[in-house]
Amino acid sequence: MATFLEMSGISKRFGGVHALRDVDLTLEVGEVHCLVGENGSGKSTLIKIISGVEAAEPGGRIAISGKEYPKLNPVYSTHCGIQVIYQDLSLFPNLTVAENIAMAHHLGGLHSVNWTSMRATAKATMAKIGVEFDPDAKVSELSIAGRQLVAICRALAADAKLLIMDEPTASLTRHEVNALIALVSELKRAGICVVFVSHRLDEVLEIAERVTVLRDGAKVGTFAADTIDGGKLSHLMTGKSFEYQIQAPELAAGPVVLEVKSLGREGEYEDVSLQLRAGEVVGLTGLLGSGRTELALSLFGMKPPDRGTIALDGRPIALRTNAEAIDRGIAYVSEDRLTLGLILNQSVTANVTLTVLDRLAGALGLIAARARQTHVARWVAELGIKVSNPANPVKTLSGGNQQRVVLAKWMATNPRVLILDSPTVGVDISAKDGIYEIIRRLAREGVAVLMISDEIPEVLYHSHRVLVMREGRLTTDVAAAAASEDALRQAVNA
Amino acid sequence: MSNVPALSLRRRMVGLAGSGTVATLILLLFALWVVFAITIGDRFFSVSTLQSMAFQMPELGILSLAMMLALLSGGLNLSIIATANLSGLTIAFLLTRYIPGSQGLAWVGIQVFAIAAGFAVAALVGLLNGFVIAYLGVSPILATLGTMTLCKGLAIGFSRGNVISGFPDPIVFIGNGTVFGVPFALIVLAFCALPVALMLNATPFGAKVYMIGSNEKATRYSGINTRAVLLKLYVFSSLLAGVAAVVMLARFNSANAAYGESYLLVTILAAVLGGIDPFGGFGKVGGLLLALIILQVISSAFNLLNLSQFLTLAIWGGILIAVAAVPHFAGKAPR
Amino acid sequence: MVILGLCASLGFANAQFLTMQNLFDLLTSYAFVGILALGLLVVLIAGGIDISFTATASVAQYVTLSLANAYGANWIGVFAIAIGIGGALGALNAIFIQKLRIPSIIVSVATLNIFYGLLIFFTGGKYIYSLPDWFATGIFWFEFEWGKDSSYGVNLQILALALTFLVTWLLLNRTNIGRQIYAMGGNTDAAQRLGFHIFGLNILVYCYMGVMAGIASLTQAQLAQSVAPTVLVGKELDVVAAVVLGGASLMGGVGTVFGTFLGLTLLAILQNGIILLGISSYWSPFFVGLVILISVSATAWSQRERRSQSASR
Repeated sequence: MATFLEMSGISKRFGGVHALRDVDLTLEVGEVHCLVGENGSGKSTLIKIISGVEAAEPGGRIAISGKEYPKLNPVYSTHCGIQVIYQDLSLFPNLTVAENIAMAHHLGGLHSVNWTSMRATAKATMAKIGVEFDPDAKVSELSIAGRQLVAICRALAADAKLLIMDEPTASLTRHEVNALIALVSELKRAGICVVFVSHRLDEVLEIAERVTVLRDGAKVGTFAADTIDGGKLSHLMTGKSFEYQIQAPELAAGPVVLEVKSLGREGEYEDVSLQLRAGEVVGLTGLLGSGRTELALSLFGMKPPDRGTIALDGRPIALRTNAEAIDRGIAYVSEDRLTLGLILNQSVTANVTLTVLDRLAGALGLIAARARQTHVARWVAELGIKVSNPANPVKTLSGGNQQRVVLAKWMATNPRVLILDSPTVGVDISAKDGIYEIIRRLAREGVAVLMISDEIPEVLYHSHRVLVMREGRLTTDVAAAAASEDALRQAVNA
Repeated sequence: MSNVPALSLRRRMVGLAGSGTVATLILLLFALWVVFAITIGDRFFSVSTLQSMAFQMPELGILSLAMMLALLSGGLNLSIIATANLSGLTIAFLLTRYIPGSQGLAWVGIQVFAIAAGFAVAALVGLLNGFVIAYLGVSPILATLGTMTLCKGLAIGFSRGNVISGFPDPIVFIGNGTVFGVPFALIVLAFCALPVALMLNATPFGAKVYMIGSNEKATRYSGINTRAVLLKLYVFSSLLAGVAAVVMLARFNSANAAYGESYLLVTILAAVLGGIDPFGGFGKVGGLLLALIILQVISSAFNLLNLSQFLTLAIWGGILIAVAAVPHFAGKAPR
Repeated sequence: MVILGLCASLGFANAQFLTMQNLFDLLTSYAFVGILALGLLVVLIAGGIDISFTATASVAQYVTLSLANAYGANWIGVFAIAIGIGGALGALNAIFIQKLRIPSIIVSVATLNIFYGLLIFFTGGKYIYSLPDWFATGIFWFEFEWGKDSSYGVNLQILALALTFLVTWLLLNRTNIGRQIYAMGGNTDAAQRLGFHIFGLNILVYCYMGVMAGIASLTQAQLAQSVAPTVLVGKELDVVAAVVLGGASLMGGVGTVFGTFLGLTLLAILQNGIILLGISSYWSPFFVGLVILISVSATAWSQRERRSQSASR
C-alpha cells in the first residue's frame, strides 16, 4: 500500500508543557487507523498539527503523498485532502444540507450563489455514500446521526483523501454505529484513509486495522488490531493494568427503598418495574434511545411518568419536580457533566454548595462564609477532590475531579437513592477506580445506587445486579454473578 | 452584621468587589482625583461639590442596582426607566389629586398610600417581566423591550405627555433634604445597596441568581426552581426602579413620562465598568458603587470645567471601551 | 401570518387606510426605519448587534449636508459622502468588536454615546434649516395621476427603500458573502475552523449597517427638510422592533429580508391604524409594546413546544 502521510519527530509545546514529544506516525492510503489515548495524551494536538491548525516545533517532518511540507497550515492541508470532523461536527444548523455539503467549493470567495449546482453537488455526494436527505432541509432539523452523515458528505465533497473523525460514535445508537462502520469500509474502498479517534476500546478493535497509542505526549506504539485486546490497550494507554473482578456483594442488600411498578411514559419507555434496595448497586445498561435516561429523569421528578407507580419505603409518591425528589432523598447525576452537571465558570465552592443552599442558611436566612467553607472543606477531604483553591472555577479541574465535585454536590443532600448516569465518561481510566470506590462506599453506607452506563464491563463488574433496557422496556434483571459479558451484550443489542 | 466571620481584610475586599476589578477601579479613581486636583484645584474638593455629587448619584445608583440584578442573571432589564416613570406618575397623580385640602393623619396616610401604590405598579411590571421571561421563555432583551414600550405607552397615554408637579414637603425632602449634612436620597441609596449586597452575597437566593446567570439549565437540574427565582429577581429589579422613581420625583418635584431616558445606557455602563459580566454570573455591588462614584466624579469635574455634558457622554463611551478592552490587553501581555 | 391578518382587518375597518395617499405617505415616512432595519438585520444574522446606528446616521446627516451647503454638491456627491461616513463609523464598531474582543452590545452602547456626544459637542446641537434647493425638491420619478388632483410617484424615500431592500436581498440570498454571513452567525467556531475570513466579514457587516445609516439619514433629512442632530437618537427601538417582529433572532443566523419587511409593515400599520381609528396617538407606544410582547411571547412559546416534542437526544 502506498503511504499517504508520514510524520516524524513531531513535538509541540504550550508554554512549559510538552503536549507532544517526538511522535511519528505513518498512514497508508485507504487504511482504517485508530488513535487512542487518555485525556491529555496529545491526541487532539496531533490532529491539530495534521490539519495545520497548530504548527509543530521545528525539527519535525511532515510528508503528504510523498511531498514534504516544512510548514503546514489549514489551507495547505485541506488542499492535500485532509479533512477533520470534530466532535461538534462544525456544521451550520441554520443553513441547508446542500449549503453545508457544498461549502468548500461553492461558498468560498466572492461570487454569487449558484443554488442549482450546489444542490447537484450535494446530491451527488450523498449518493456516493447512499444517503438521501432533502438538500433544502435545514441541518438543524436532522438527527445527530444525520448531521454526522452530512459532515462526512462535506468532507467528501471537499475531495478528502484523509478523513479524521474525533469521537464520532459518542452520541450514536448501535444501529447508527453499525451504519457508520459500514460506511467507513466504503470509504476505504474508495481509497480514503480514515482515522478514528475514540476512547471506546470495543469499537476501536472492531474497526481498526492498526492502532496507535499515545500516552503523555509520546507514542507508545502502533499495533495491528489483531495482535492486541482491550486489556492490553488500556494497559498501554495508562501504563497500569486493571483487573476486572466481579463485585461480591459486601452486605446482604437491605430493605427495598424504591419500588417502581409498571411505569410508563409515552414515547419513551413502558411497563418498567424494578426494585432498588439499600446498599445495593444496580447497573442499568442499554442502547441510546432505550429509555434509560428518561426513566432516570422520571425517578428524579423531571419527567413525570404517565402510568404506573413509584413507591418510596412502600408508600406511593408522585414527583412533580426534581426539588420534590431531592427532598425525598433521590439524587441524579446527569450524564452530561459539562453542561448539566456543573456550572463550569463558577467556583468549586459554588458548585458544591448549590444543592444545599437553603440548608446552609442560618437564623436570619443568611449563609455565613464560614459555613460554606466548612461544607466544601469537608467534601473535598471526604472525596479526595484535588483542588488548590476552592474558589477556582470548576472548569480548571480534571475530568475525574470534576466528577467528584458533582458527586459531592449530590451526596451532600443525603440521598437514599442515587442515580448515576454514565458516571465515568470523560474520566481517565486511571481515575475511574476512584469513582468506583466512592460508589462502593455509598453502597456500604446504605444508599441504593442505580448506575446507568454504556460500558457493559463497567456495569457488570461494579454492580450487584444488572438491568438491561431495550426499546423502552426492561428486558433483563439478573444478579451480576449470574451474568456474563456476552450474554449482556446480546441482550443489549439483539 | 453579626454572622460575617473575621476573614482577612484583603479577602473581604476582594469579595466586596470581585478580584481584579476593584484594583482597577480604585486606581482609576485615584488617578482621576489627582488629575482633577491639579486641573481644578480647590473648587473640586469643596463641600458643595461633594454635596452636589451626592445628590445626583442616588437615583442613578438605584437604577443601576436594578439593572445589575437583571445582568447578573444573564439578562437585561431595558424597562427600568419606563417603569420608574410610570410608577412616578402614579404617585404624582395620587398626590396631586388627594393631597390638596387634606390634613393631619389623612395627609400623612395619602402620601404613604401614594408611595405604596407606586411600588405596587412597579411590582406589577416586574411580575410581567418575570413571567414572560421565566415562564414563557422570551429573551430578556425582547421581553423588557416590550414592557418598556408598554409602560411608556401607558404613561404617555394617561398623562398625555404632561408633567405633573407640586408635591408635599415630606416627599420633596426625600429628594432634596439632608440629614446631618448627608442627602436623604443618599441614605435611601444606602438602604437599597446594602440589602441587595447582602442578598447577593449571603443568601441562598443570591447564590442561585449567580448560578442561573452562568448556566440556567444546570442550575435547574440541581433542583433549583429557576423560574421562581427569576420571577422574584425581576420583581426586585422593578421594585428598585420604583424606589428610584420616588427619589426622582422628589428631586424634580415633578413626574413625567420621559424623564431619565439617557440614564438607561449609563446604568449599563456603570454595571460593566463595575465589573459585572454582561453575560451573567459575576459582579458585586461594591464594584458597581465604585464605578458610579467614578462616573459621578468625572461628570462633576467636567461640570466644573464647564465641559459640555455631551463631551462627557462621549468620554464615557470611550471609558467603556477602554475598560472592556482591558481583558484583551491583559491577556496579550504574558504571551 | 399575524401581520397579514392585521393588514386585512385594518384595511376593511377603515376605508382611509387603503387609499393611495395613505399608503404612499406611510411608505415615505417609514423609509428611514426600514432602511435601518435592513442594516440591523444583516448585523443580527451575523450574530452581532448594533444600536449605535442612530448616532451614525445623525453624524452622517450633519456632516454631509454641512459640506453640501458649504461647497455645493449633487445627488451622487451627498450619497457618496454619507455612505463614506456611515461606513467608516461602522468599521470602527467592527474594529472594536473584533480587535479588542469586546461584546458587540457594549461596543455599540459605547459608540452610540461617543458619536452622539461628539456630534452635539462640536455642533452645539444646532439645526440646519437651509438645504440646497435641489435637495429640497427631491426626486420624483414615474409620476402618475391617481384620484383627484394629487400626483404620485416614486420619491426619494421610496426609491431608497426599494433599492436597499433589493440590494440586501441580493446580498443575503444570492452572494456567497451573504451565505457566509449566515454561516458565521449560525456557528462562529465552525466558520473559523473552515477558514472563513471572520474579521473581514464582520467589517463588511458593520460597514453595511453604517452605510444603511448614511443612506437612511439622507432620506430623513430630505423628508424633514432639515437636519436635527438630536432627533434621531431614540428611534433605535422602533428599528429593533421591526427586525425582531420580522423573525430575526438576537442569537444570530436567523432572519430574512421578507420577514423584516413584514415586521416593518406591522409596525407601520399598527401605528398608523391607531391614528386612523381615532385613538389618540398618545396611546400608540402602548399598543406597539403590547404587540411586541404578544408576538415574542407567542414565538417563544411555540419554540418551547417544538423543543419538548423533538427527540430527547
